[in-house]
Amino acid sequence: MMLKIDNLHVRVAGKEILKGLTLGVKAGEVHAIMGPNGAGKSTLGNVLAGRAGYEITQGSVEYNGANLLALEPEQRAAEGVFLAFQYPVEIAGVNNTYFLKAALNAQRKYRGEAELDSMQFLKSVREKLRVLHISDELLHRAVNAGFSGGEKKRNEIFQMALLEPKLAILDETDSGLDIDAMKLVADGVNAMRDPQRAFIVITHYQRLLDYIVPDFVHVMVDGRIVESGDKSLALKLEEHGYAWIAERKLAGVA
Amino acid sequence: MATERSQIETALSRRYDAGFVTDIESDSLPPGLSEDVVRAISARKNEPDWMTQWRLSAYRHWLTMLPPHWAKLDIDPIDFQAISYFSQPKNRPKSLDEVDPKLLETYDKLGVPLHERARLAGVAVDAVFDSVSVGTTFRKELADVGILFCSMSEAVREYPDLVRKYLGSVVPTGDNYFAALNSAVFSDGSFVFVPKGVRCPMELSTYFRINARDTGQFERTLLIAEEGASVSYLEGCTAPMRDENQLHAAVVELVALDDASIKYSTVQNWYPGDENGVGGIYNFVTKRGDCRGARSKISWTQVETGSAITWKYPSCILRGDDSTGEFNSVALTHHRQQADTGTKMIHLGKNTKSKIISKGISAGRGQNTYRGLVKIEKGADGARNYTQCDSLLIGKKCGAHTFPYIEVKHPGAIVEHEATTSKISDDQLFYCRSRGIAEEDAVSMIVDGFCKQVFKELPMEFAVEAKKLLEVSLEGAVG
Ligand SMILES: Nc1ncnc2c1ncn2[C@@H]1O[C@H](COP(=O)(O)OP(=O)(O)OP(=O)(O)O)[C@@H](O)[C@H]1O
Ligand SMILES: [Mg+2]
Repeated sequence: MMLKIDNLHVRVAGKEILKGLTLGVKAGEVHAIMGPNGAGKSTLGNVLAGRAGYEITQGSVEYNGANLLALEPEQRAAEGVFLAFQYPVEIAGVNNTYFLKAALNAQRKYRGEAELDSMQFLKSVREKLRVLHISDELLHRAVNAGFSGGEKKRNEIFQMALLEPKLAILDETDSGLDIDAMKLVADGVNAMRDPQRAFIVITHYQRLLDYIVPDFVHVMVDGRIVESGDKSLALKLEEHGYAWIAERKLAGVA
Repeated sequence: MATERSQIETALSRRYDAGFVTDIESDSLPPGLSEDVVRAISARKNEPDWMTQWRLSAYRHWLTMLPPHWAKLDIDPIDFQAISYFSQPKNRPKSLDEVDPKLLETYDKLGVPLHERARLAGVAVDAVFDSVSVGTTFRKELADVGILFCSMSEAVREYPDLVRKYLGSVVPTGDNYFAALNSAVFSDGSFVFVPKGVRCPMELSTYFRINARDTGQFERTLLIAEEGASVSYLEGCTAPMRDENQLHAAVVELVALDDASIKYSTVQNWYPGDENGVGGIYNFVTKRGDCRGARSKISWTQVETGSAITWKYPSCILRGDDSTGEFNSVALTHHRQQADTGTKMIHLGKNTKSKIISKGISAGRGQNTYRGLVKIEKGADGARNYTQCDSLLIGKKCGAHTFPYIEVKHPGAIVEHEATTSKISDDQLFYCRSRGIAEEDAVSMIVDGFCKQVFKELPMEFAVEAKKLLEVSLEGAVG
């Protein structure tokens, strides 16, 4: 098991958001997480990536057999955890290419690998740009500064392609993308699918899952996974909405 | 996020690599200031009588003045009688070859090459230790093309006509409180004269070092570029770490005649005091350039990271028609440091242009003030100014303030002003960290991006230096 989340309880600003979440992800798998606004999906992504301000009150997260929660965010990144942000952050004045090179080399250094020189780095950049059909104009700009919503999301996927993580968490990367851009993003993800790599894809739209076909679909409501299934679960959700799950749960309890 | 903030508060630490003391015997005047002290300084420097009289009249003027209080600075009163106004290493050398090895070692440790390495680096250096210059490199090579580069003390003795003609012609002795004090007791500094039509073949630089306890440093620098001459000059400054505040009150005068250009860069790293604001240098400086000739150009670039208090406004008087003034500044305040800095651009001539780029960075409890004046006089047809004033805040307890004064007396003047304030946010830091970049590296990356516009104005080697200095100065500013 690459990622093993067990009975995870998390408080944010004194309020419990994750309320006993359990999830296992094996290398090579793609898991989709769906669920209503405010269910705690982004919270899960942030906790996995190591954002400060989240209090873990119970439960555990193991990543490749070790306690993930004990690592600093930059260590997690170097160990292969990648979060594509729901809202990518702008960093004015810092060149996008420079940023990526610093990130990649910091990770390589941590792992005891040789740092890439500019030539090697640019070669890798060009390759990924070609696969993702991203204009290199974005590379000359500051990190996400003045990028359109869609450009920001595609930049996240570009970063993922370059950093080659082992566990990629995509938080609503499809939101705000037009249909062509969404296909490109899906192509980018599919090109990276690999027996050694796992994805957690958070989305509101089953449409994305037509392109990135998941092995599992989970429904998260109020800080817990309340239903898991295969791709067909997403179709049922699309048809009946989340109320259907809630009703089924209530019926089950009664 | 809450945890990150409390870390910011507790983990404030800072390395100051230049904070060592050189154990060298010095010959100092006892603390205190009087006409006798002024005479004594003049006598030790074997100055001609006109110089002594010049100092005395400045001193008398100073006695009638009050310290300025308009800056946004919190300054404990200075006891001018507790300061020694002159200190020099015993055994003064006659040439660089005779310089005490301890002194050479000091400059070596600071990365300032006075010997063979200087030749490789291709930068001429004047090294000022406490009140005196201990040596100037490349003098002969420069003299061959007619450039005079020596200490101010030597210039007073060897080139009295030039000194008399220009000294005090840009910053009059009674210009302000600290300039008057400096005029009375100034110790050493550099003198540069680039004659008509000569482009200086190398960078000139002065390295100021305060070493002795309870002394002040009163640097006086005079730089003249005659018609069509050009020169690039750089100064650096450091001091030991001490619990008491030490005073550095400098005056720098630049004169550019027709078609001359002067580029003056400063990397100021005086001891800033500790994280609680104990110790550090009071850096009260008057720097002014006079674009006296037509089409002349003066450009100030400063990177101010040190000093407990910085009070300085390198300015340009754009007297000549078509002359240009520039001010590029990065000022950083961390812990309890305070800076009130900026520039004055006084447009007198026709078609005069000025550009101001100010980048203020505040961290810890640092207070950073930009104070600038753009003045366009009646006769300045076609005058233009562009001012850009950016502030970057790191943490919640620091402050940034801007006071851009504009006085326009010509209806056709074009004055543009842009200002921004940004913060290094937790979101930005987390974003960088989630990509594998450690927090301190993320901060220096963002700071570096913020300062790029100014760094590119520095000579290459010094841009690298300045970048490193900012990194060290910001250590412990986050997490
Ligand atoms: N820093 C915070 N302070 C207070 N409440 C927070 C904070 N972060 C998240 N929350 C709350 O936690 C809950 C879950 O938020 P989260 O962003 O994880 O939801 P989500 O499932 O990603 O929703 P969406 O589909 O809208 O993106 C929300 O009610 C949100 O308001
Ligand atoms: Mg979300």
